[in-house]
Amino acid sequence: MNCNEEVVELMHQYLDGDLASNDEEKLRSHLNSCEDCQQHFRELKQTVALVTANIDLQPSQDFTMKVMNGLPKETKRTTVKRWVRVHPLLTAAAIFFIFMSSSLLTTWNQDHALTYPKGMNLVVENDTVIVPEGIIIHEDLEVKNGNVRVDGAVEGDVIIINGEHLTASAGSVTGEIKQVDEVFSWLWYKIKEMTAEVFDVFDE
Amino acid sequence: MIEEKIVKSIKLVKKGDQSAFEEIVEHFQGKVFAICFRMVGNKHEAEDIAQEAFIRAYINIQSYDENRKFATWLYRIATNLAIDRMRKKKPDYYLDAEIQGGEGLTLYSQIPDDNRLPEDEVESLETQSYIQKEIMALPAKYRSIIALRFIDELSLKEISEILEIPVGTVKTRIHRGREALRKKLRNV
Repeated sequence: MNCNEEVVELMHQYLDGDLASNDEEKLRSHLNSCEDCQQHFRELKQTVALVTANIDLQPSQDFTMKVMNGLPKETKRTTVKRWVRVHPLLTAAAIFFIFMSSSLLTTWNQDHALTYPKGMNLVVENDTVIVPEGIIIHEDLEVKNGNVRVDGAVEGDVIIINGEHLTASAGSVTGEIKQVDEVFSWLWYKIKEMTAEVFDVFDE
Repeated sequence: MIEEKIVKSIKLVKKGDQSAFEEIVEHFQGKVFAICFRMVGNKHEAEDIAQEAFIRAYINIQSYDENRKFATWLYRIATNLAIDRMRKKKPDYYLDAEIQGGEGLTLYSQIPDDNRLPEDEVESLETQSYIQKEIMALPAKYRSIIALRFIDELSLKEISEILEIPVGTVKTRIHRGREALRKKLRNV
């Protein structure tokens, strides 16, 4: 048996705890007959003992405290993050709602100027949008920040936001007349309208 | 059982209970610190790395897979940090290189003089300092393996998982490291 290579390899395998039993027998019988290898093996075992046993090293007393102080603070944000992870669907719905209402609110706040559809032969006097006599509007009429007087005809709904419908003599409106004054009722109206559109798409 | 308590604490931390992490730190600090010390050879630095390892473990606790051993996961974070630190500090030594004087002596040379110790304790401190010095003379890749093998007596397979190297390589390095230390420590 080759003392320098093979036996030393067996010694290491023994120290690693993965020496097969017949190899262990081989090692044992060789050690019994070879001084040098015995010495080598003793030294290896001593090395392992020295390196393993000497650890009475401990970190300083305040180690745990330092770690705990070094952790990122448990904030409202992490709580929210965890909640989001647990309830993805509700989160999606909430985010959708926030975006929807904020964009609608921006639209609401954007202008206080009179707005009305162009190119419908409408006449404007001061704050009033007039559908002149003899003019027939074939769709819905939406007017913002102004009054509406219908002298002609509207074959659809009339929606007045921040204004009123001045009842006029001869005019006619086939659809509904809706007056919206408050932000919330306006929002409600917008949402209703959107829902209606969605269902229209499904109906088609 | 302490292991069950740790498993419970880990679950709590995962759910966001920060205070439960304290128990984990208490339980593992000795081992993590000792592994770091074996690798960098300086108490102050080892403590620094060990602390960072715990903080990183906390931050990344969601990526810890509960079916695996927590210690292995934690040691991997610590050894990676220590390896990074060693890389920044100086190039590797070779096994046959001369011992560099003063390496690893920082811990014991920093003990103040008025702190009188019994004679045998002084002797054991000298032995420890000598052992650490010899370990520091090994290349970094041997040091990390020796730290893991002899501090927590991890299996070769666990070491191979922590360091992401094949079991065969772990084996070779343990053998060589042990052989190199034998030559240095036989006269202790």
